[in-house]
Amino acid sequence: MLGRLSNSTSEIIETTEKEMFVKILVPVKRVIDYNVKVRVKADGTGVDLANVKMSMNPFDEIAVEEAVRLREAGSATEVIAVSCGLAACQETLRTAMAIGADRGILVESDADLQPLAVAKLLKALCDREQPQLVICGKQAIDDDANQTAQMLAALTGWSQATFASKVVIADGKANVTREIDGGLETLQVALPAVISADLRLNEPRYATLPNIMKAKKKPLDTVTPADLGVDVAPRLATVKVSEPSGRSAGIKVADVAELVNKLRNEAKVI
Amino acid sequence: MTILVIAEHDNLSLKAATLNTVAAAVKIGGEIDVLVAGTDCGAAASEAAQLQGVARVKVADAAHYAAQTAENLGALIVANAAGYSHILAPATTCGKNLLPRVAALLDVAQISEITGVESADTFVRPIYAGNALATVRSADPVKVITVRTTAFDPVATGGSAAIENISATADCGLSQLQSRELTKSERPELGAAKVIVSGGRGLGSGDNFHQLLEPLADKLGAALGASRAAVDAGFVPNDYQVGQTGKIVAPQLYIAVGISGAIQHLAGMKDSKVIVAINKDPDAPIFQVADYGLVADLFETVPQLVEAVG
Repeated sequence: MLGRLSNSTSEIIETTEKEMFVKILVPVKRVIDYNVKVRVKADGTGVDLANVKMSMNPFDEIAVEEAVRLREAGSATEVIAVSCGLAACQETLRTAMAIGADRGILVESDADLQPLAVAKLLKALCDREQPQLVICGKQAIDDDANQTAQMLAALTGWSQATFASKVVIADGKANVTREIDGGLETLQVALPAVISADLRLNEPRYATLPNIMKAKKKPLDTVTPADLGVDVAPRLATVKVSEPSGRSAGIKVADVAELVNKLRNEAKVI
Repeated sequence: MTILVIAEHDNLSLKAATLNTVAAAVKIGGEIDVLVAGTDCGAAASEAAQLQGVARVKVADAAHYAAQTAENLGALIVANAAGYSHILAPATTCGKNLLPRVAALLDVAQISEITGVESADTFVRPIYAGNALATVRSADPVKVITVRTTAFDPVATGGSAAIENISATADCGLSQLQSRELTKSERPELGAAKVIVSGGRGLGSGDNFHQLLEPLADKLGAALGASRAAVDAGFVPNDYQVGQTGKIVAPQLYIAVGISGAIQHLAGMKDSKVIVAINKDPDAPIFQVADYGLVADLFETVPQLVEAVG
């Protein structure tokens, strides 16, 4: 009994010390802006991204905000934003730094980076940076894959808490409330861990002009997949991209009586 | 080819999504095994054995599968993955949490939310909130896939597959379930409902949402859904949300009340057979997908509708 007691005491001291240096890595993706109407290219090779407004994936903005709030609350010491992709992703990193990330890392590549490749790049950066927490957006609004956080957790062997709507860090652990199909559940995960942010985790702040200016002076390193020793060759080939069969507007009914009549006798659904 | 389908269940019974996922496996073709991992999950395993098209049900029963964590289920699936050409799970929060972990451990891609099967290695999936459909071909030795349940009709029952126990993997001990607050409801599940009554910001408050929409849902035997705006405003819990990042539904009848129809919401319901929209704004985008639109004040219309369908 005594032995167990002293064991747990030393554990507490260890985790409290660790907690002082919680470093958070936040991957951010540059995607087509949330409000842009997507058009499929006529040749069926993809969607038209020429002269289209690009922004940070909205879920990643929530992830950055959460990491910055944890630092502001004293639960973390440093927030590092990472983006994988074209040189233009530097803008996305500057946005993350304007929200409050301390520095940025661009993994520059013009390859088609699929979730497994991105997870491998992030794993290599985790080996370098040794964060105790990675907070990802739960899915990117372009490929709607919803994979990277879970894959990174697998590759690092860390615990995962996806679709988070609340995160509390204490005693070297994270208590994460998750949005699941039937409602909510709370998981306690050991750090290091990977968390993915759902919509209701927080409402990201607007970056103020002084913070946007400050972000321009924050450090931004660039590395390549080759520097990290990661093979990013795509595993899935896109055969074609097509327009979904459209749904056209039906009719307007004048009142409830006409609506019920149509539902009963025309659509036959009630 | 042998396909492993990961069953979703609550130990006592299978979730309907499992039936749609087996249907996708049937479409791919080959022998189908179903994995039921849980705690005292014998009843769910027997249900799985009755699904048409299933050859074997593999059961892993252990206390540490109760919480269905991705860490423990992932380790179990990877330990039993040898010999399978495909591993499928429904694209529910459970399947989406689990399968990418499995894919990464197997060093293969994961294909999310397929809505069509072109061949054993080529699949169709929506991207950009369903505004485009991508046909993708996988060169990986194992295809790890989540299935959009609304795209595949459930398989029938009446089969009699063999049930086989497999050994549990060790508890990873990485995460612990602290609590679960599940919404209790007598209504059908959103994913499986034939009729859905869904409310938006136009309802104005949680009280209005319940007072106006519940009687209508009761009359129609419908599930209740909501737009993101209604959930964000706190009218109803998160599990009501229909849309790109919420639940994807395709009922026979979807009645959208006070929902403007953002593309993210349309992504979650536009495959419904019949869509009714009630909104006082004649320019609301929801009318562009509605079969029957009624431009009217919902506070007057909904009670009238309850009367009229009764």
